[in-house]
Amino acid sequence: MTPRRAQVAPAGLGSLDGLLASREIIVACGPGGVGKTTTAAAAAAMAAARGGGKVLVLTIDPARRLADALGLDGIGNTERRVPNEAFASAGVTPRGELYAAMLDTKESWDALIRHHAPDDRTRDEILANPLYRNISGRFVQSHDYIAMERLFEIHSEGLYDLIVVDTPPTRNALDFLDAPERMAEFFSSRLLRWLIVPYRSRLVNLASRPFYQVADRILGTQFLADIAEFFILFQSMYDGFIERARAVQRLLADRRTSFIVVSTLETVPLREAEYFAQAITERKLHLGAIVLNKVLPDYLRDPKGAVVAERLRDRAEEIAVAIAPRLEVADTAQIRRVLVEVGQNYMDYRLVAQSEAEKRAELSTAAETLVSVPYFDTDVHDFAGLMRLGAGLWGE
Amino acid sequence: MVGLLDRRLVFVTGKGGVGKTTVAAALALFASEHGRRTLLCEVDAKGDVASFLETGPTAFTASEAMPGLWAMSMDTEASLREYLRLNLRIPVVGRIGPLARAFDFVATAAPGVREILTVGKLCYEVRERHYDLVVVDAPATGHIIGQLAAPQAINELVKVGLIRSQTDWMLDILSDPQQTAVAIVTTPEEMPVNETIELVDRIKKETTVELASVIVNRVLPELFGRSEEEVFDRLCGDDATEELTRLAGEDPAPVLTAARLAVTLRRTNAGHLEHLRSAVDPTVPMLYLPFLFARFHGLRSIRQVARSLGEELGF
Repeated sequence: MTPRRAQVAPAGLGSLDGLLASREIIVACGPGGVGKTTTAAAAAAMAAARGGGKVLVLTIDPARRLADALGLDGIGNTERRVPNEAFASAGVTPRGELYAAMLDTKESWDALIRHHAPDDRTRDEILANPLYRNISGRFVQSHDYIAMERLFEIHSEGLYDLIVVDTPPTRNALDFLDAPERMAEFFSSRLLRWLIVPYRSRLVNLASRPFYQVADRILGTQFLADIAEFFILFQSMYDGFIERARAVQRLLADRRTSFIVVSTLETVPLREAEYFAQAITERKLHLGAIVLNKVLPDYLRDPKGAVVAERLRDRAEEIAVAIAPRLEVADTAQIRRVLVEVGQNYMDYRLVAQSEAEKRAELSTAAETLVSVPYFDTDVHDFAGLMRLGAGLWGE
Repeated sequence: MVGLLDRRLVFVTGKGGVGKTTVAAALALFASEHGRRTLLCEVDAKGDVASFLETGPTAFTASEAMPGLWAMSMDTEASLREYLRLNLRIPVVGRIGPLARAFDFVATAAPGVREILTVGKLCYEVRERHYDLVVVDAPATGHIIGQLAAPQAINELVKVGLIRSQTDWMLDILSDPQQTAVAIVTTPEEMPVNETIELVDRIKKETTVELASVIVNRVLPELFGRSEEEVFDRLCGDDATEELTRLAGEDPAPVLTAARLAVTLRRTNAGHLEHLRSAVDPTVPMLYLPFLFARFHGLRSIRQVARSLGEELGF
């Protein structure tokens, strides 16, 4: 394995800005629902705007409005340049160029088959095979694999200075990291060859082996035959696949690649994110940063704020009467209700903000960079919103 | 429509991060407190159920976490072993080595095999009437269709064999709205709402399972009515600042800003909720669960959610 860069932050790093400037690939991972896709897009947009060069964000399943903001609506697998007008709408003149692409699993698999197939007949048979169509379309692991595969493909074309890749939501946090390795194992497994044997050689008596008896009783001969046919077709591509999977694995472990873990400070996602961070480090991959999204603002933990809030809530009656003339509102009962709500609301949010701050302090992390992005009260629905999030990521 | 608690098998799904496990655990807890022998099954085996219920780790063999509430985690290999033991009377122990490898291979190669073993186990518990209600902390939106549609998919792929012969009774259970339903959990945010709308559509088109309800989790409270908001605006105005600071003893800015944040968030959420409501068939009941302003996690929060859920279910 390639020797790893030391885990201690060299001078100049310690910010997302520095991290993105020093890498060729950034893999954004983390639990679902924490804003991973948007974070990846915002980081890429910032890198293009401030750092320059050609930056690509490879997204998996962006929200429609994010896709719109990136000018990606209705576009599949091919990379598209995000027009400079988008940056202009956010009042930014970018130094570099931003490109974006959405991952289409099915299309990517088909491209891969076309690439590896030894001849046209094999290619067509595989593309038409019902089992293949199932695997490429529905098989969950295939998403994980193809995302990494596509990353490899784009990276090796050498068109971009930086690729920021979003990872698909996985059942298991580590699936996408293991996908290339598992795919390689899968295609080279002895079991696979063993299973195919009776279908390749009619000399073997199928019924004579206990394994086939069991398999046959459970799955039925036809299904087994379908599987075998598919893998016999696939066998012609084994070597290419395995070699490719290994290359993907090497690229992920390369020093040009860094991982950022995105999370919120809610209990469940945070626990999952810590697990992620740990797994990345254990695999000797480079954990570049942890990004905490939707962090409640600091003013919610202001001790004076709590004093004010409690007073407004607990002495609402008398304050309402005293301030009524200034407000030019006659109904003091109504003012009282507003004061109680305002005071209670602060105390409610304060509780959550404090709990978040504690969790952040307890965060055990080996990442060189820890970034907190404030809770925005509106969704990211245009490019300006994306740049605002980007500024938050850059700590501005 | 049959009430959620009166079914036998309820799949709880939703986009990652919306509180799917919380709601599934709360539903199971509430059902068990209302006299249903309930099984809560975690399909993703992340251990969240155990941490919410504050029990030890769950396993394939269900254990009674609380009176009337059993918890288990799905393990497809164990499910296969159980199936073989019950149906084929195969001496599994001796052959589990090659069998496990074969299973791993087939499950990886053939989509639907893992899913059928999951759904099969759940349907089996229903058929054998081991419990009154089985609540499934199901896979997230991306994977639930594959699971619910697995028996049909298997029917298409596997023409003969034992698995094929087993899918018919599973389909009977899954397709019966008296027995089986799916509930989608969402939050009033953009992505979860969009995914929910898509999922509602796909459940209808691609599965035979009835959608029993959409459960909106983490709904923020409404701070003010319209006329109260007018009062609040004046409270924030320059004319009032000095007096309010004097009365409150300190600068009220953080408190007022927090209220402004709450109002804006609530409004943004309301927009998404409106979108959700207009896009989902009005006959599908929607349940609303409040945002929990709390620092605790685990059983206490599950109990709170269970209470809110009970109110929404009309108990």
